[in-house]
Amino acid sequence: MEDAINLLQEWTRDGLLPWSAQCAAAKHFGLSQAVVEGLALENGLFPARYQRNRNMITPDEQLRLFRSRIAVIGCGGLGGYVIEELARLGVGHIVAIDPDIFEEHNLNRQILSTPATLGKAKVDAALERVAEINPAVTVTAVRDAFCTANGFELLAGVQVAVDALDSISYRLELAEACAAAGIPMVHGAIGGWYGHVATQLPGDTTVQSIYRHWVAGKGIEQQLGNPAFTPAVVASLEVAEVCKILLGRGELLRHRKLSIDLLEMEVHEISYQELPIELVDAA
Amino acid sequence: MHVTVKLFATFRNGRFKIAEKELPEGTDCRSVVLSLGLTEEEIGIIMINGRHGELEQELSNNDTLSLFPLVGGG
Repeated sequence: MEDAINLLQEWTRDGLLPWSAQCAAAKHFGLSQAVVEGLALENGLFPARYQRNRNMITPDEQLRLFRSRIAVIGCGGLGGYVIEELARLGVGHIVAIDPDIFEEHNLNRQILSTPATLGKAKVDAALERVAEINPAVTVTAVRDAFCTANGFELLAGVQVAVDALDSISYRLELAEACAAAGIPMVHGAIGGWYGHVATQLPGDTTVQSIYRHWVAGKGIEQQLGNPAFTPAVVASLEVAEVCKILLGRGELLRHRKLSIDLLEMEVHEISYQELPIELVDAA
Repeated sequence: MHVTVKLFATFRNGRFKIAEKELPEGTDCRSVVLSLGLTEEEIGIIMINGRHGELEQELSNNDTLSLFPLVGGG
């Protein structure tokens, strides 16, 4: 390891470690790209591929992202973009969960789908895409539906769960599993021109409140479908929230929901602030 | 009594963005929803004066009722 670190240090120019050096170290010492990137970041060497992150994300923060494990539940419209952005951001471990294969009706919006991936498991496409764009990122592909029965196991060691599901009932199960496991959940949902995002920390019940009137079935997405741009917008907002949770920066969408209307170009913030219990009522 | 009704997203189609309504005292959210030709199943969020409301909640004079459809895709 000492030799590998020395080699990486020798190759570092102007504080940046070129990708070619990471590849050379991996090959020469028989290490995975993940191990090499970990060695680099732990020794203060900043991979050049993240240089445009550098003025907003410090080397220590880049290391924190690398050491993070994020579960993305659903690898379709939202999930594809979420995985793409997490991998480019430099999140070290992504658990991608989805039971489905790509079908033709996914092609208008799901970034992991191409004519060549039709019939392929969405999680396998996620694994291959991440290996292509950032080989230092580890993907655990789980071809299964997230539910209460497997939720605890799938969320083990995870820092944040990203909701990229297309079903309200599964979403509510995810919210329960996150609460039980004490994991923050970033919630996103889309339908046609419309979408919303909210973040809940353990103990919050924002997602349950958002769907408190729900009885059964789907929302407006059933009639409207989803276009190319709505998942990209909402997924990007979700990833910004994940980044902030991991780094402890900024203001989260906690106790509030951002509701987005891309047709009228309106954004509404809906407050889910818990009302203080009035002593008179409690008595 | 006077109530301001605000509609969002698809609820605006063939209806309005905002309307001022004169309603009988004691009118609840459900009757406003049904009078607009909406069903309970379509409702995502009910807000009364910026706070979460319930279908059976009675409205008061000068309340603002906001209705958002259910959004659940991914």
